[in-house]
Amino acid sequence: MAENSISLLILGMALINLVIRYPVYLLADRFRFPALIERALNFVPAAVLTAIIVPAVIYPNGPQAQLDWHNPFLDAAILTVIISYVTRNLLATIVFGMAAFLALRWWFGG
Amino acid sequence: MTGADSAQAALADAQSRSDHSRREEMWHGLRATFPLMVGALPFGLIFGSLGIAQGFSPLQVMSMSLFVFSGSAQFMAVGLVASKAAIWVIWAATFIINLRHLLYAANLVSHVRHLPQRWRFPLAAMLTDETFAVMDLRYRERGGARYAHWYYLASCIGMWVNWNIWTLIGVLVGQNFPEAKNWGLEFAMVATFIGIVIPGLKTPPLWAAAITAGLVATYFNNLDYKIGLMLGALAGVVVGLVLDLRRRPSNERAGTEKPIDGEPVEARSHG
Repeated sequence: MAENSISLLILGMALINLVIRYPVYLLADRFRFPALIERALNFVPAAVLTAIIVPAVIYPNGPQAQLDWHNPFLDAAILTVIISYVTRNLLATIVFGMAAFLALRWWFGG
Repeated sequence: MTGADSAQAALADAQSRSDHSRREEMWHGLRATFPLMVGALPFGLIFGSLGIAQGFSPLQVMSMSLFVFSGSAQFMAVGLVASKAAIWVIWAATFIINLRHLLYAANLVSHVRHLPQRWRFPLAAMLTDETFAVMDLRYRERGGARYAHWYYLASCIGMWVNWNIWTLIGVLVGQNFPEAKNWGLEFAMVATFIGIVIPGLKTPPLWAAAITAGLVATYFNNLDYKIGLMLGALAGVVVGLVLDLRRRPSNERAGTEKPIDGEPVEARSHG
């Protein structure tokens, strides 16, 4: 992406964030979500973040899927899920997940 | 002392007392936010060095943290630029990822609607996962007070300054240690998102939403412009919503449950 399209990208992202965060406070009393939308919104974070993570660990190097045990991204991601499930602690998940990834990559000679 | 004098003295006294409670609110807000600032530290650091490693300029990396101020969207954008996604896909992803902030605002709005817009604007613009968690707790435990918005403001400013300091340090690390690329930072985002998602999967529909989103996004991974991400997210939300509607009758108001129960407030990234 060219220099000025990065600037445009950042400007757009900043505006999008304002468009999400401000209108409810701006309109305060006049604002009310339809119940169905409110319910759908509950699923947004889990769906989006998972849709980012899973392809990232299965396709770590371009268009070829690496569904095997020699893919350190995949192994470390599975370990990280277990760590997160057990500890429920974000910081511990990051630290141990990163350590697992580095160890696995070193092990596979990456 | 004349009556006017004593009235003035009382006024001055009241004035200083109220200033004091403003300062006190700010101090308490900052103190309540402090652990979350520590939690955001590694992400700021990682974001700064990752941005440099992916070929962003220091100014670009810093302007993201200064003006976008949304960790998950910033990570996502840096990753998607590296994989040559189209600009509109990154914008759409930013919108979808951060839609949760709309829920936070909807949750807190009753405590800010008495304030003038010059207050409401900064309190909205700097509303992150962490500040929401802090304010939600404060309003629930102690309710609103006359200067509660100073508590809120201090939490916002604390998070924002902290995020930018650690981004800057990350930028300096990335510039001075180009081999930082090989420190496994590319896995940092994956680990962070896993740590955010997993504790929030508290009901079967939430699990179904996440699993569907992951599978669909992976299946369509090789489509252009990362459209697979959008399809996966959309499929996940639809599946989650449908299962949820079957579990709980649709006439039951979603707002009767805490609307953010899909999200682990205490275990969030810098947002």
